[in-house]
Amino acid sequence: MTDAVRIAAGQGFWGDWLEAPYRQVTGGPIDYLMMDYLAEVTMSIMQKQKSRDPGLGYAKDFVPSMERLLPVLTERRVKVTSNAGGVNPRACAEAVAATARTLGLSGKLTIGIVTGDELLGRLDELLAGGQALHNLDTARPLSDVRDRVLSANAYLGAAPVALALQRGADIVITGRVTDTGLTLGPMMHAFGWRADAWDRLAAGTVAGHIIECGAQASGGNCLIDWQRIPDLANVGYPIVEAHADGTFDVTKHPGTGGRVSVAGVTEQLVYEMGNPAEYITPDCVADFTTIRLAERGKDRVRVSGVRGRPATDKLKVSLAYFYGYKAVGTLVYAWPDAYRKAQAADRVLRQRLKDLGLEFETILTEFVGVDATHGRLATAAGVSADIPEVQLRIGVRARDKAPVERFTREIAPLILNGPPSVTGFAGGRPKPEEIVAYWPALIDKREVQPCVELMRV
Amino acid sequence: MPRKGRKRVLLYALAHARSGDKGDTANVGLIARTPEDYPLLVREVTAARVARHFRGMITGPVERYELPNLHALNFLLHGALDGGGTVSLKTDAQGKVFSTALLRMAVRVPR
Repeated sequence: MTDAVRIAAGQGFWGDWLEAPYRQVTGGPIDYLMMDYLAEVTMSIMQKQKSRDPGLGYAKDFVPSMERLLPVLTERRVKVTSNAGGVNPRACAEAVAATARTLGLSGKLTIGIVTGDELLGRLDELLAGGQALHNLDTARPLSDVRDRVLSANAYLGAAPVALALQRGADIVITGRVTDTGLTLGPMMHAFGWRADAWDRLAAGTVAGHIIECGAQASGGNCLIDWQRIPDLANVGYPIVEAHADGTFDVTKHPGTGGRVSVAGVTEQLVYEMGNPAEYITPDCVADFTTIRLAERGKDRVRVSGVRGRPATDKLKVSLAYFYGYKAVGTLVYAWPDAYRKAQAADRVLRQRLKDLGLEFETILTEFVGVDATHGRLATAAGVSADIPEVQLRIGVRARDKAPVERFTREIAPLILNGPPSVTGFAGGRPKPEEIVAYWPALIDKREVQPCVELMRV
Repeated sequence: MPRKGRKRVLLYALAHARSGDKGDTANVGLIARTPEDYPLLVREVTAARVARHFRGMITGPVERYELPNLHALNFLLHGALDGGGTVSLKTDAQGKVFSTALLRMAVRVPR
């Protein structure tokens, strides 16, 4: 077991538990702290921030988190991999460096910066060069939305993360690196895995997939036996104990809550899964139908047998574009006949929207407490007239702002001029929200050059 | 109507599940509670049956993949999320609880 490398998940998304990374670093021995911040449309939010202020455009929470962690990280020689850099990894690194200096860590820290994912400034050149960037879901050409594109980033893999570590980085801050690459990178570096060791790269990718959503692998959001999962208030985030041959254990620190079990890890393995035989990353194609799981004691699952195939010659590109506007309004109707009142209010509201001549791409009504999550499956056996309350939730979407704006003013009047026993409007009028939509595409790998630089603090 | 020697149970008695999203597609990973029940899931929970179960709730086709190593099936429900992600107006815009909606399905098991 001397060859084991311990990689701990500290953050499953931007907004995850602030205590988690600190607990991972202090709760027991680890070698790497992996912090994933980027979801599909996060990059466009960051792009907007950067356009207002060239010093922004990264996950700002990462900086105070590092301020708290850096003294312990340097003392315990724990390294960090994170895609907190967003669309401005250099500014993020500078902010962390400034924080490190105030903590007296000058000369004791090297930050690795991974860039090269940014494609926004090159879009027209790429389109002219034959990279069509068709939408992977709808097959539409990018020209449909070209003038509304807000961000464009290729997903980079684990290789530049491993390279930054090899060159001596203590903290690796990246732009759009895949979630799995942040875990595989440390393994490639620690074990010297070659870029064509497909089975091992696939194993590291599976490890990354298991811990990339934080506590979802250690008892959080776990359906099986959920009432008996202990002490979620004190949940331990998952840790991968990896070996050079590609096998690894999933575990968590002793004395923490939650649970690491075969059933729970299986739930996480199938999360956001497409074709399980072809889990495509920039690093390899992992085959999830080869994974073997075995319980190896309390809160410890062994993962082995993972097979992989050569990476494709494409990279996925995440583009974000301006789509239009939406708004959602809610009202709560009370017993008696709560559901019928909510239905009547919905009819009244729709009639008024129609009479106003407002045009929407979609109007969607849900009755929370009745059918919002399971649709007609939940109402097949009828809805009790005795149901204590129902929330009417009605949303609209349009290309133009005007009809959405007008809709937001039609909710409150229903309190006094619609069906009775209605409440729950304390939050005020809903606000029209800009929709920034996601456009997934592929690009030839040779068009993208990952770049690694070092910043010595 | 149940055939002789068989009874109907909810899938929830035999399986657990987790779901997520990819654009406008929801995925549901369905996992047998015991390995012995996996063949029953393969036989009963076909793509066609799942498509019928969700009729009117999704606009696209249903695909099914098998993971015998994990005693699991993975379903892709296309057109399930009103456009998905930030576009969707649904409470469950990211398909997080489609998993439990599938577990409402009734299946025939030996008595």
